[in-house]
Amino acid sequence: MTVDAVVIGSGPGGSAAADVLTRAGWSVVIFEKGRNHLLDPGDPTRPAADYSNDEIKFMHRHFLGPDPFLEPRTFRTGPEEGERSHVGEVNSIPSTVGGGGTHADGKVPRFREDDFRLLSTLGPQPEAAGADWPIAYEDLEPYYAEAERAVGVAGEAGANPYAAWRSGPYPMPPGPPMYGATLSAAAAEKLGLHPYPAPTAANSVPYDGRPACNNCGYCSFFGCPIHAKGDPVALLTRVMATGRAELRPETFVSRIRTSGGRATGVDFIGPDGVERSMGARHVVVAGGAVETPRLLLLSGIEHPLVGRHLMVHFQTIAVGMMAQRLHSQRGRAVTHVHDDAIVGDEASRRAAREAGLPWMRGGMVEHGGASLPIVEAKIYPWGEAHQALMADSPLRERLWAFIMQGEDLPYPDNRVDLDPAVRDVRGFPVARVTYRGRRHELAASAHHGERLQAVLREMGAGWTAVTTSPGTRHVGGGTTPVPESRHVIGTTRMGTDPATSVVDSWGRVHGLENVVVADSSVFVTASGYGPTLTLVALAARAAAGLAGTTLPVVGPVNGSG
Amino acid sequence: MPVWLTDQEYRVLESVCARLVPAIGARPGAREVGAADYIDRLLGAFLFDPPLIWAGGPTSGRAGGEAAFGRFHRLTRLDELAWRTRIEGSRGIPEREFNGPVAGLQQRYREGLAELGPGFCDLPPEEQDAALRGLPELVDLVYGHVCEGMYGAPEYGGNRDGAGWAGIGFAGDVQPRGWTDAEVSGP
Ligand SMILES: Cc1cc2nc3c(=O)[nH]c(=O)nc-3n(C[C@H](O)[C@H](O)[C@H](O)COP(=O)(O)OP(=O)(O)OC[C@H]3O[C@@H](n4cnc5c(N)ncnc54)[C@H](O)[C@@H]3O)c2cc1C
Ligand code: SF4
Repeated sequence: MTVDAVVIGSGPGGSAAADVLTRAGWSVVIFEKGRNHLLDPGDPTRPAADYSNDEIKFMHRHFLGPDPFLEPRTFRTGPEEGERSHVGEVNSIPSTVGGGGTHADGKVPRFREDDFRLLSTLGPQPEAAGADWPIAYEDLEPYYAEAERAVGVAGEAGANPYAAWRSGPYPMPPGPPMYGATLSAAAAEKLGLHPYPAPTAANSVPYDGRPACNNCGYCSFFGCPIHAKGDPVALLTRVMATGRAELRPETFVSRIRTSGGRATGVDFIGPDGVERSMGARHVVVAGGAVETPRLLLLSGIEHPLVGRHLMVHFQTIAVGMMAQRLHSQRGRAVTHVHDDAIVGDEASRRAAREAGLPWMRGGMVEHGGASLPIVEAKIYPWGEAHQALMADSPLRERLWAFIMQGEDLPYPDNRVDLDPAVRDVRGFPVARVTYRGRRHELAASAHHGERLQAVLREMGAGWTAVTTSPGTRHVGGGTTPVPESRHVIGTTRMGTDPATSVVDSWGRVHGLENVVVADSSVFVTASGYGPTLTLVALAARAAAGLAGTTLPVVGPVNGSG
Repeated sequence: MPVWLTDQEYRVLESVCARLVPAIGARPGAREVGAADYIDRLLGAFLFDPPLIWAGGPTSGRAGGEAAFGRFHRLTRLDELAWRTRIEGSRGIPEREFNGPVAGLQQRYREGLAELGPGFCDLPPEEQDAALRGLPELVDLVYGHVCEGMYGAPEYGGNRDGAGWAGIGFAGDVQPRGWTDAEVSGP
């Protein structure tokens, strides 16, 4: 059997690519190593009913995978730590039909125009392999607009003074702000910052045949029980409705077969554990920026830059303790953000100079609180104090947090490669992540961490603290050097020169013209924004390039917006 | 009635629960909400079909909708391998040891509770606490599960009748009711 395209991975990237290809009339087989809890197994054009407000299965029992016993990853900050310093979960994004889209609480901003040309506008940085993207914001804008309509994004055009230009309004108005965010946004404004309602892939009104979010609050790390999230459900149901796609969950692609500069198909292992092959005229790789380079390396596609320039966002977490209860378990996980740390000002330029850096960029700052009692309980000590702490709930009900998704720069030595000894359950080498923040990340974090604490004090916090992920000794309080970020970026960077990039500006692997990468692996820089909307836009563009179609202009996916 | 632990182990475990999260006034502690049952059902998950690993969705019936949490998910071949290994240990079985041997929860509980011994139940609280402080690894293990058994969905065996949630004023699962916009945005 030979299909027009095999798509590896059913997350936001793979779903977007499959959507464009099936609409272009192609036959597509989507391989997904995780289980299917997103689509009704009896009728995959409809959502399943497996998601729930259940902290145990989602937070403590790996319901959406990957199970770290079956599919561990390894980690080290550098080769001086030996082969690895940690085995288990590393930047673990769900492995399931829908990928990480099912889990995310979906802040989906666009990048700004200057994100695509940092090197030429700001200049180089020590150690970093800075480069401009081979495409500009203008090239991507129509795909951003398409992506926002397809997944369903709620937001307010014009609310963010720093936003890139857009060709039209958001498909939906913003949903209700969290109580805590009304306080933190007011405090931020008072200090001259510019908070705005986070553009979010959650329905604020009924959209595309799916209901409005009812604010259940089990959002980040959970699948949405009522399918109000803009996860890949809309794209995948449309893909399945074409009748041209087959979805194969619990099926791991172990190798892309190549011959004479072309891919000929894939080897895969299905639920029965037996290895088989399938012929394909094209292969779309969308395993996420850790699994995609792993698969290329497992396939013997060994461009020297595969896996390099891994970026994850250097997160700065500033927390403040409020006197009043903020009930952050109601509603989505984050309702406000601000971009001032990305844009920078005189104070951040001074901080950069003092750190001996030519320039410094922070990231989008998310305003949010905590919501989960088991997570909270495990932080408190056991004994007589436990119950009083849980009832008073400083860490869940009263804590407010800013999380800055700090832009980390592309360093060749921050990378994904194959672990020399640790194997997954199917016997294949697992991905090893080597990562640490450098001078730029640490300086930006220290500077903005202080400023975010000032906002928390303005908000009325009696006590504030700052920590980072990955933790470092430089910025105090950090505990683990393993990054907790769920943003993974940059491991098959795009460019026009095969010597300095792995894929071309359409996501095609240099030297393998029928293999396309359709996830955030292709990003040249991380920006300070979550990667998902940008990778969906890029995946749709890459698939359109592959199929030779122009962008079909559509409304909401299923047409009943 | 415990499903996997012996009666004696279960009694020791209940006494441990009572010290890890004691009841305070009207607020129930881990013993009162049945955290030991949560742990016992995890250790004995494979005595049930489907095993008690992942509760069903989308609603529990507590905030409306159908009572579907009780319909536990079937496990795939690989998930059964993972959870059996985690619970039973690898026991020298090659397919469980692809990255080396794994000590199972059953063994860790059985040995830890034996180390405390049946006499633990009758010690005065201060001596119980001292004994627990002498076994930090066991306490880490049990305390994590006690937190899950206090504040996790009752379908897993703990948090009896939602008493753990009620004790801290937490609403628990709220689908399909959710929260109104005013409840989200107001104080
Ligand atoms: C709790 C949480 C919150 C988040 N919040 C945000 C946010 O607010 N904003 C934002 O932009 N991003 C957010 N993210 C990140 C977001 O989930 C990812 O950016 C997004 O899912 C990436 O999409 P993808 O398609 O590239 O990869 P993934 O979603 O990782 O999907 C890849 C899929 O491919 C499968 N796969 C991999 N290798 C193989 C193989 N060899 N064979 C078969 N299948 C394979 C995997 O199982 C997986 O399902 C969040 C993530 C989490 C977990
Ligand atoms: S908060 Fe809204 S979008 Fe998030 S899981 Fe609940 S209902 Fe779904």
